[in-house]
Amino acid sequence: MKRIRFDLSLLFVFGFCMSFSTVCSDLVISKLDRRIDLTSQLVRTTVSLKVENNGVDSVSEILLPFPEHQARNLAFLSAMISEGKDKTKSSSGSLPIEATNPKGKPPSLTWYSVSLPKELSKGGSLTLEVKAVFTHVLRPFPEKISQADVQLVAFQDSAHYLSPYTVKVQSLTIKLPEPRVESYTKLENTKFSGTEIKYGPYENLPPFSYTPIVVHYVGNKPFAVAQELVREIEISHWGNVQITENYNLVHAGAEITGEFSRLDYQARPHVRGASAFRNLVAKLPPRAHSIYYRDEIGNISTSNVWSDSAKTLLEIEPRYPMFGGWRTSFTIGYGLPLKDFVFQSEGKRFLNISFGCPMSDVVIENLIVKIVLPEGSKEISVSVPFPVKQSQETKFSHLDMVGRPVIVLEKKNVVPEHNQYIQVYYRFCNLSLLWEPLMLIFGFFLFFVACIVYMHADFTISKSSPSYVAKLQWDEVQTAIQQFQNIMNRCLVVHDKLEASLRELSRNGNVQACKAARKAADSLLKELSKELKPILSFLQSSPQAVQIMPKVEELVSKERELQEKLMLKHSTVVDSYEKKSGGRDIENRVAAVQQKITLLRQEVDEILEVIDEI
Amino acid sequence: MAAPETPQPDTLRHAFGNVLSFFVLLLIGVLAFSIRLFSVIKYESVIHEFDPYFNYRVTQYLTKSGVYDFWNWFDDRTWYPLGRVIGGTVYPGLTLTAGTLWRILNFLNIPLSVETVCVFTAPIFSAFASWATYLLTKEVKGAGAGLTAAALLAMVPSYISRSVAGSYDNEAVAIFALIFTFYLYIKTLNTGSLFYATLNAIAYFYMVCSWGGYTFIINLIPMHVLLCIVTGRYSSRLYIAYAPLVVLGTLLASLVPVVGFNAVMTSEHFASFLVFIIIHVVALVYYIKGILTPQMFKVAVTLVVSVGLIVCGAVLAVLIALVASSPTKGWSGRSLSLLDPTYASKYIPIIASVSEHQPPTWPSYFMDINVLAFLVPAGIIACFLPLSDASSFAVLYIVTSVYFSGVMVRLMLVLAPAACIMSGIALSEAFDVFTRSIKFQLFGATKDPQVNAGDTNVTQNEVVKPEKSEDSLKERSSRKSKKKEKENVETVPLVSRIEKKLLVLPLEASLIAIFLLVLLGAFYVVHCVWAAAEAYSAPSIVLTSRSHDGLHVFDDFREAYAWLRHNTDVDDKVASWWDYGYQTTAMANRTVIVDNNTWNNTHIATVGTAMSSPEKAAWEIFNSLDVKYVLVVFGGLVGYPSDDINKFLWMVRIGGGVFPHIKEPDYLRDGQYRIDSQATPTMLNCLMYKLSYYRFVETDGRGFDRVRHTEIGKKYFKLTHFEEVFTTHHWMVRIYKLKSPRNRVRGKTKKSKSKSTSTSISRRSGARKKNPWH
Repeated sequence: MKRIRFDLSLLFVFGFCMSFSTVCSDLVISKLDRRIDLTSQLVRTTVSLKVENNGVDSVSEILLPFPEHQARNLAFLSAMISEGKDKTKSSSGSLPIEATNPKGKPPSLTWYSVSLPKELSKGGSLTLEVKAVFTHVLRPFPEKISQADVQLVAFQDSAHYLSPYTVKVQSLTIKLPEPRVESYTKLENTKFSGTEIKYGPYENLPPFSYTPIVVHYVGNKPFAVAQELVREIEISHWGNVQITENYNLVHAGAEITGEFSRLDYQARPHVRGASAFRNLVAKLPPRAHSIYYRDEIGNISTSNVWSDSAKTLLEIEPRYPMFGGWRTSFTIGYGLPLKDFVFQSEGKRFLNISFGCPMSDVVIENLIVKIVLPEGSKEISVSVPFPVKQSQETKFSHLDMVGRPVIVLEKKNVVPEHNQYIQVYYRFCNLSLLWEPLMLIFGFFLFFVACIVYMHADFTISKSSPSYVAKLQWDEVQTAIQQFQNIMNRCLVVHDKLEASLRELSRNGNVQACKAARKAADSLLKELSKELKPILSFLQSSPQAVQIMPKVEELVSKERELQEKLMLKHSTVVDSYEKKSGGRDIENRVAAVQQKITLLRQEVDEILEVIDEI
Repeated sequence: MAAPETPQPDTLRHAFGNVLSFFVLLLIGVLAFSIRLFSVIKYESVIHEFDPYFNYRVTQYLTKSGVYDFWNWFDDRTWYPLGRVIGGTVYPGLTLTAGTLWRILNFLNIPLSVETVCVFTAPIFSAFASWATYLLTKEVKGAGAGLTAAALLAMVPSYISRSVAGSYDNEAVAIFALIFTFYLYIKTLNTGSLFYATLNAIAYFYMVCSWGGYTFIINLIPMHVLLCIVTGRYSSRLYIAYAPLVVLGTLLASLVPVVGFNAVMTSEHFASFLVFIIIHVVALVYYIKGILTPQMFKVAVTLVVSVGLIVCGAVLAVLIALVASSPTKGWSGRSLSLLDPTYASKYIPIIASVSEHQPPTWPSYFMDINVLAFLVPAGIIACFLPLSDASSFAVLYIVTSVYFSGVMVRLMLVLAPAACIMSGIALSEAFDVFTRSIKFQLFGATKDPQVNAGDTNVTQNEVVKPEKSEDSLKERSSRKSKKKEKENVETVPLVSRIEKKLLVLPLEASLIAIFLLVLLGAFYVVHCVWAAAEAYSAPSIVLTSRSHDGLHVFDDFREAYAWLRHNTDVDDKVASWWDYGYQTTAMANRTVIVDNNTWNNTHIATVGTAMSSPEKAAWEIFNSLDVKYVLVVFGGLVGYPSDDINKFLWMVRIGGGVFPHIKEPDYLRDGQYRIDSQATPTMLNCLMYKLSYYRFVETDGRGFDRVRHTEIGKKYFKLTHFEEVFTTHHWMVRIYKLKSPRNRVRGKTKKSKSKSTSTSISRRSGARKKNPWH
């Protein structure tokens, strides 16, 4: 309780100072109704003021002061004229508000001025509806609790509305999440009923009246705070708007201390872990597709999606239940159809998309929205309904040459009230779409051309170098040797045929057929030897073939010999058939020749093998 | 003859064949890539298991800090307080490959994350590996066998198990490097080109960069060279294939920091140097033989042999003395456990504790190479008909890899490519024979489009019958005639055609055989797809189970790591068993005491001792190590079997190996490991038991452990020195925090702490002398 007391004493001093300052204003607030909503981690105050001008001059602006501790955490402020009471029925659009520093007013307050659409003339009155949202005003107390404890939250404000004007009648209502209160400041006219605490009505209070109050209540609502959220919105004119959101989340409520027991948490999650939150719900636009939810170490499997025609609901559950002080970080991403968000007007295109985060109960301390426009976008302009820090950068992705323009919007303290539409205008030529495919096609084309050129061109450095010449010659020699081998093989085939004809002869005794075969073989062999001649002469002349030459010559001579012996054998056999000698007789006569033939044949084969290996 | 007569159809046919095989290869690459994507489709694009996480972390560092910082990286987030010199102790091939890939993609402005590149590195390289297999087998036995082998390798389960998308491990690129190095070696051997020899050395360098398994190459190739020399196949090509590889390869290998001087100092490399000397001696002998007359040569031989023997003896003696002077005989522990399969279980429990270092069971052969196991013998036979340098290499490769795979399950991976090559050869030869007979039987010789010699047509029909019988005779007859037949096949295209025609089988037989072979292939494909989809695609950090109400996901590991990452201080130290070290550093980004790089046995033993000590002693050990959190994996609630309680005996063994006061029998009741009421008090009071079962009994009232299928022994107890800070959804990971010492007992604990640390330090140093592991 020490800390709260300290703050309160500060406030007393501060309120004391207030009374010194002299304020001259003719405006009077005749009726004031203030509601403070404490049901979530945000403090939402709604003030409806009935303002009357009792002075002479007409007034065009109304001042709204906030004490420093509130102003620091003021996330959102809007004012509008409520309909009905005033005769000039203005539209319910919000009025422009800007921070001012009026003279003669205490500087420890932060001042905002609301410009009225129409000056308030003397005697006139209007009803103003001011909405303000504060973050980080609620303080968990005690700051550290164990798993079993409930989270207690302290809230402090003034029972009287802080205003530079005299307030005639005012009242305050504080709405609590649960009907359980640890303590609250009791003033006159204080009423506590159900989940509401009522202060007032108080009458005829001077300007800068300040009566501090403290409410210490049970607030188990999760304090989900995104310390940083980076939203990247990437437009592809192929038909997709890709949104990636990187969250850095912390439970900013009372920190857990001591043991965390999973057993207790699983057995009684609402008692042992009352202030922890398990899940968050993101409300995505309809027709969102390719939704993913992951963190730096992979997919997180605990998520659910429901969709209907109006919205897509994504329920995500962090990897572990979020107790006070625990942190986590994750990324969600989804694609949206282009036609729902990018429109065309006056030759320009514009993206119309909501600014804030899709989760309604998350407060964002620092929001960075990056809008990645397609490569080649020009004349970029942004329209945002509230002040943001703007800058521009370039991003390279997917085969970009010049990079994509990126609009960076930064804003601190973002609350769900900031989920308003922003527009980004740019010019983009559809033909630029074809740039990357064409580049790919051209690249592959060049590659193939290079391949063709490589296959057909000769990249030898020097055509006259000895090694190159030698290589050419060697190639020639090789082809010659191949031809030579071919011829030799054909010779051998002819030999085989001769042998076959002999076998045929031994089977059917047809001498004539055998002779014909012999004749054919003769002529074939002659042809072959004719073919052989140029090759041999070439090989002899070539210097490269010197090593092989002896083998080649040996082979030629061996083949000749073999040929002769075969002929001899053939003629002997045919002769003996003509003479009708017996089979045994023939074999005897041929035997010697046959031996020689097989020997020669083996040799020839061996030489052929040797040549082949070369 | 054929070429000049019919040039048009022939070249066209060749071109068509080339285009066809190109497309087949392309499809094989696509198949190899896509069959490994089951893990991404069924689970997610995430890094798998343990070691890949380390590689991923190193790659992240590389891409962030550049290659020079990477070489100099001293990692202080692991092996606290020792740290680890990453640049000098890691095989950088995989990391550099993925890093380069990522850099190229980024240069082209293709925004892929490092993780994505890492996940898909393995499938890409398995496509490369199947192409390399094609090249290698083509060199051994022709293009047909090459295509078959490539297709088989693309989906062999053994290789899939190490290269599914996400399995970002050294083996993924190393297998490609292995096959490619072998291909270049064979290519050099077949061509005798110095160009390929240089490439071969570079490929070997890449292999050295990638995996410790490079020693397989540097021992297998010398073995083959020796085999060639012994069988009288020495040629200048062999010399060109081998000598540059040893010289360049060794120089390049010593450039890799993790190998360094090991490339010339350790025994794994001695074989290559020995063979290097031998091949030079042989080359010299051949040279002298060429310039001397036979008689002079004989004289020279006797002279040289007598002198050479003396010199060799002297050199050998020096070598042996050098080797013997080192305690492990110059062999690293893993190599020794390869040579002596019982070595690890006797001396190094840390190697034996890894399941993939156990010898495989028979079913695992069937699981991992399936029908290839039956086709391999046929392939070996086909390699002997005819035996060339290349095919002898293939035979040697399969024989050695079968041995190694029999020692360690993990080396099944080396066997797989060999088995694929052999089976590819076998299948291709079989198909060759059968389709040829069918073609012959159906079309006859005259219609046969393959016959390109018009003048032989007449003879063929006549020759077929007698020659065939002759042929079969020939096959049975002497080796010489076989050789003759071989040379006909090889050298004489015409004659070979004729003779091939002669190996004709009956039409029905070949049809049925083809049908059966196709059936076999189909069975293989079905098995491979099943293995890829079901058996090997699980990333092991996410578990799923199918129950009656749909798929249930157990994502507890990442839950715990994410919790650690976000909710502890960045410099906190986390102690766990070494299995989870890599994951903790990579996923939780917290400092660990020990991790999967088991380089310091004493440190691991310290953690093992702490886990098996009673709470207070454990607290003191952990506190002296500056540990703040202790992480245990507990499967008892959901029935996850590979949890810490099941690994606990290894902790006791490893701890007891260094700190003798931890005795394994204390934890066993009658030699049985149990945690129920029969368990020993030491067991029930040790830290691991307490951290695992803390408040477990309150879940179901009786503490029934679903892994051990028993009620736990000690049900109600409190922790005095630890407090539970996080337990995951299914209780699979439990994280405890060390309580800070209480004021009252501070002086007391301090005293005992200092005493215990001093004793443990002295013990440690004593143990270091006794067992200098690594």
